[in-house]
Amino acid sequence: MPLLTVDRLTKNFGGLAAVSNVSIQLEENELVGLIGPNGAGKTTLFNLLTGVYEPSEGSVTFNENGKETLLNKMKPYAIADLGISRTFQNIRLFKDLTVLDNVLIGFNSKNKQGIFSSVLRLPSFYRQEAELKERSIELLKIFDMENELETLARNLPYGQQRRLEIIRALATQPKLLFLDEPAAGMNPQETAELTELIRKIHQEFGITIVLIEHDMSLVMDVCERLYVLEYGQLIAQGTPAEIKENKRVIQAYLGGEI
Amino acid sequence: MRKNLKYNLSWLLLAVAVYLGIFVLKSVGLLSGIVEDTLSLIGINVILAVGLNLIIGFSGQFSLGHAGFMAIGAYATAIFTQIQSTYTGFLLSILIGVGITIVVALVVGIPTLRLKGDYLAIATLGIAEIIRILIVNGKDDLSQGIFATGGAAGVFGIVDYANWEVIYIFMVLTTIIIANFIHSSTGRTVLSIREDEIAAEAMGVNSTKVKVLAFVLGAATASIAGSLHASYIQTIVPGDFGFMKSVDILIIVVFGGIGSLTGSFVAAILLGILNHVLRNVQAISDYRMIVYALALIIIMIFKPGGLLGKKELSMKKLFQRIGKGGKENASVDR
Repeated sequence: MPLLTVDRLTKNFGGLAAVSNVSIQLEENELVGLIGPNGAGKTTLFNLLTGVYEPSEGSVTFNENGKETLLNKMKPYAIADLGISRTFQNIRLFKDLTVLDNVLIGFNSKNKQGIFSSVLRLPSFYRQEAELKERSIELLKIFDMENELETLARNLPYGQQRRLEIIRALATQPKLLFLDEPAAGMNPQETAELTELIRKIHQEFGITIVLIEHDMSLVMDVCERLYVLEYGQLIAQGTPAEIKENKRVIQAYLGGEI
Repeated sequence: MRKNLKYNLSWLLLAVAVYLGIFVLKSVGLLSGIVEDTLSLIGINVILAVGLNLIIGFSGQFSLGHAGFMAIGAYATAIFTQIQSTYTGFLLSILIGVGITIVVALVVGIPTLRLKGDYLAIATLGIAEIIRILIVNGKDDLSQGIFATGGAAGVFGIVDYANWEVIYIFMVLTTIIIANFIHSSTGRTVLSIREDEIAAEAMGVNSTKVKVLAFVLGAATASIAGSLHASYIQTIVPGDFGFMKSVDILIIVVFGGIGSLTGSFVAAILLGILNHVLRNVQAISDYRMIVYALALIIIMIFKPGGLLGKKELSMKKLFQRIGKGGKENASVDR
């Protein structure tokens, strides 16, 4: 049983089928790419899988150690609690909070504190707070950001903001991570660093990663498997080598007669 | 752990020192009755502003009905202390007010806070007006039923259990509760919703629940302030809790800094003093509202984020500064 099964998923906005009849499977500890021309429905698919939109038809099933959960009607926070996290195409950090607070909020989903123990400041509150802080700093250390703890997120350079968003997503301790165009707006140097970062996360955290990306060198470099969308439909899937040769994909990107 | 104790103790020390300061000044006869009134009203305004700041400044939701929740507390105290005219009765009446307010806040909050946007502002504006109209249409006295709000004439001769000391203690308590709430993991999720609701949800924050929690907590403190107001002033009329009262509280929050508890304190004190001076100095008392409005306009031009912006007084930062040989100016970013 795959980690996530998407079965004939469709999302209609009025008369437009932004995602139509898409079926994909994600196995555990896979690194999968999702590509396609602008407006193909990649981000819409992410939004469907993380509960931002409700599917019009079809089903999304998450399988955790044999326990199956249907995600169709679940709220985003409940899906996040299950262990599915994401980043956003246009960075959505908590801009006026510090780097540390951003990561701490990520940790919150799996470590909820009682309101009474926090308002009354019981010893358990201080203990938990110190532990969460320690774990956040550890996580930030892995990505070389431990020197920016008290920096406001809005004051970080662009590349670091992207990086922080990924760290924050990892703080929710996900099994499945969706990265929506993490390399958008990065220069070649930053993209190379990001490639390494994604590889590192994939190896060290042992989680499944799905990547939307337009930078083909990055996609072909790190992904084990690719799905290609065009006009909301899945037009191809396979290894990067297979996709490179696929006529339908070349046509979608470069145009041409059928 | 020991460090936390140090910070907490220094806050306690500050609270006790201010209390003793006022106490001594009053004992030597340096505080006239009018000044004591001003101090008490400042205390009540601090409670109101801190509660509203939690809703507006920290959870990022816009509430225009704070005076409505204040009215619930005020009338709960006014009516219940007639039934039970004891100190325990007064404290019970505060609890009753808070209880009713929580129910009302839940009824308004749960449907409107599920939506993203400014629906809460309209709903709270409406509910405050409903509460006021209900009060205007209440029974004249207790012999006619429990809902004896006295109609438009209001209630007078309320037992005065709330002196400046009681108000001070409640002010300190509600501030501690709200400050502790904000600086906890739930409090961080409140902030995350203000910053970006969609991202917060994607991080596993149940935004409706957290928003309702902040809203209910803020409303409950307004009810406490209402109870204190009723018992201190001893006379209340429905007109005290109209839209303009909500705006008054909003002004304190905006003036001090949206998202700064310290700011709410500073603004409530400064505006309280300004009000006091304008009211009691003959030459300018006629132009009170003009000066008041001018002060606000000037602040909005030169400090659009409020006096303190999002800055807070932090004992931790203060100690660190002293440790580094720094001096004065303790207000640093949280």
